[in-house]
Amino acid sequence: MQTATTHPGSGAAHADSHAHDHHEPSFLTKYIFSSDHKIIGIQYGLTSLLFLLLGFMLMLAMRQQLAYPNQPIPIVGGLLSKVLGNDMASQGVMQADLYNAFGAMHGTIMVFLAIVPLAFGAFGNYVTPLQIGAPDMAFPRLNMASYHFFFWGGVVMLASFFIPGGAAKSGWTSYSPLATVADLNNVINGQTLWLIGMVLLITSSLLGAVNFIATIIQLRAKGMTWMRLPFFVWAQFVTGFLLLLAFPPLEAAGLLQLSDNVLGTSFFLPTGLVYNGKQLDVSGGGSPLLWQHLFWFLAHPEVYVLILPAMGIVSEVIANNTRKPLWGYRSMVYAALAIGFLAFIVWAHHMYMTGMGTKIATFFQTTTMMISVPSVIILSALFISLWGGSIRFNTPMLFALSFLPMFGIGGLTGLPLGLNASDIYLHDSYYVIGHFHYVVAPGTIFGLFAGVYFWFPKITGRMMNEFWGKVHWFFSLIAMNLIFAPMFIQGIRGMSRRMYDGGATYFSVGVGADPGILWLNKFITHAAVLLAVAQIPFIINFVWSIWFGRKVDSDNPWQATTLDWQTPTPPPHGNFASTPVAHRGPYDYSVPGAKRDFTPQDQPN
Amino acid sequence: MNAASTPVPPVPETWNLPAKGRVGMACLILAESAIFIIFVVAYVFYLGKDTSGPMPRQVLELPILNSICLLASSATITFAVRALERGAVGAFAAGWAATVALGGYFLFGTALEWKRLIQVHGLTLQTNLFGTTFYSLVGLHACHVIVGLVMLLIVLALTLLGRVRREHAWRTDVLALYWHFVDAIWIVVFTVVYIIGR
Repeated sequence: MQTATTHPGSGAAHADSHAHDHHEPSFLTKYIFSSDHKIIGIQYGLTSLLFLLLGFMLMLAMRQQLAYPNQPIPIVGGLLSKVLGNDMASQGVMQADLYNAFGAMHGTIMVFLAIVPLAFGAFGNYVTPLQIGAPDMAFPRLNMASYHFFFWGGVVMLASFFIPGGAAKSGWTSYSPLATVADLNNVINGQTLWLIGMVLLITSSLLGAVNFIATIIQLRAKGMTWMRLPFFVWAQFVTGFLLLLAFPPLEAAGLLQLSDNVLGTSFFLPTGLVYNGKQLDVSGGGSPLLWQHLFWFLAHPEVYVLILPAMGIVSEVIANNTRKPLWGYRSMVYAALAIGFLAFIVWAHHMYMTGMGTKIATFFQTTTMMISVPSVIILSALFISLWGGSIRFNTPMLFALSFLPMFGIGGLTGLPLGLNASDIYLHDSYYVIGHFHYVVAPGTIFGLFAGVYFWFPKITGRMMNEFWGKVHWFFSLIAMNLIFAPMFIQGIRGMSRRMYDGGATYFSVGVGADPGILWLNKFITHAAVLLAVAQIPFIINFVWSIWFGRKVDSDNPWQATTLDWQTPTPPPHGNFASTPVAHRGPYDYSVPGAKRDFTPQDQPN
Repeated sequence: MNAASTPVPPVPETWNLPAKGRVGMACLILAESAIFIIFVVAYVFYLGKDTSGPMPRQVLELPILNSICLLASSATITFAVRALERGAVGAFAAGWAATVALGGYFLFGTALEWKRLIQVHGLTLQTNLFGTTFYSLVGLHACHVIVGLVMLLIVLALTLLGRVRREHAWRTDVLALYWHFVDAIWIVVFTVVYIIGR
């Protein structure tokens, strides 16, 4: 097999800048306070995978309560009542407050501590500089600061579980005035810590975004023109801009809500607010709607922050494993840019129920329908890319392939929510939960799994086990669909997403009869347990392969074209043995007349 | 059909990319602008919706001298950076010190204004919507002035220690970019709070 250990290109311009790296750094400077983008990427990756697991476990506990209301949680029930107190988990039974806290923290952890840092922090950090042929990020120290802000943001979030009153209980959307009055008795309550944690996490993302944009603009290797960037880099670039422009409003709004909670201001508190029979001692006059606007102005672009890096990963994997160029690369780039722009003018489709008036609702309905067009362009281009390829069905490819229909289902079920007439019926039901989980769980997370399997050999120098990888993929795909598809049925039949006993009380006391959906609660919960079991092969495979996996037989085990595979394995400090030059586009697979079925970007002619 | 697989033009001889300091600062300014937009929107959104006094018209006075000082500091910092690019460290130090003095006076003026508002008019963060949004918007800007002043002071101290030379001009240029941004934001705040809102 041909190896790609030769590094065409000229000059050793970076040699002098790495002269200081010849001494052996201590453990602390090498692994904890490192400014090397690859170490930081690994730090992000491991931390966020742990948070992904934690967020998943919170969900399992909630699912138990939904399926078997008011029965003790198996295995961890006793521990929960010991650690969190009987107010939260009396005799191991999940109380409403704990359910709300877990719900809020499941959302927060999954979005801000698991998927964004994994997609943007881990893959972005590790792969982007390699793919553009850069020795490191533009601002390595800023990069380190970004990870440490993220880490402490996570610690604050975790700590909030253990303070009196428990973690934040007002949902990941943290609507005012609920978020302010939910825990008035404790000055330092879960909501306060949530806001402090969010400010830290947002600061981290902002530093990251500044760094990514500067790196992609400023550190591209010679010849790496904009239209020669791998699609993954484009996805990260647009994501960087989304973070840069969407997160500051939430940071500002978070600070305003924090001052409502702590300093007694009333940015979001209306006049005459009565809580527990007492009028609140604030001047009032604020508008709860303002919070919703500010929150969703962030949180809708956030959806694309979650999906774009996954699309980037999937594109790399598909181009590599079909052995042909991406179909419509340019249209995909323009579509990603269009998504970046449109993402900022659709936010109020989350707020049709606030009585905004038909004219404004029509505007947001129109923009929402428009933004589905570029998403469809990218998805179609990826589907057409499969046509006529000699496809290799390895684990990363299987995950990437399942991303396509799963994201498709997630996207299509979003349309009825974007049209305000049907949204009035479906709003706040399990249908919504099913919709966005299809986008994020079997969508984005499958994309991220594809990335883990794909870049694992570059990062560690060892392959992950293919057989157990396929087992992981197969059962995850089945379980994901068994979990989320029934939620559409429950939602359409009228099940609200906010009922902590899964609707048992509501249907027996409220409306009289179970419309045939309560048994699905148990069904979904069992599927969730299957999903948990399906992750065991992944965890073992991942840890085992770091030390005992099959060693890669070359620096380029997937025979890929992009620059990240033209480095030594694992890439040393400074990445490239010699400064790379990009001579061609990113996906020169199966070029007619070429000796091999792939032509690396840095190969001259 | 595929642009990616067709032969591509050769690698260009020169490969010029923008300076990373300027790109990074431009990104930061973009993000900071988004934060300020939210505070300005909150201020305008709540303008005139107070249920109790004091109202802006009754208590605010135009901070003319303050504003002149801050805007003038943009000119002095440009002068200083230009001087350093020429290698005139003495002129740089003078221009830089003038910038610090003008910025410091601006902060002092703001402090006096807040003291008057709190002691004479009893306007605090909790009094009414005007107090809440006024102190948060003007306070956010003042925080940026403070951050800028701290960085300016560090550079000034290094200059007086003789550490700043001509090759550091691009760093001072990045700082100057931030300072211009702080000044530009003041024009917006001044217009919204003291002219439109009064």
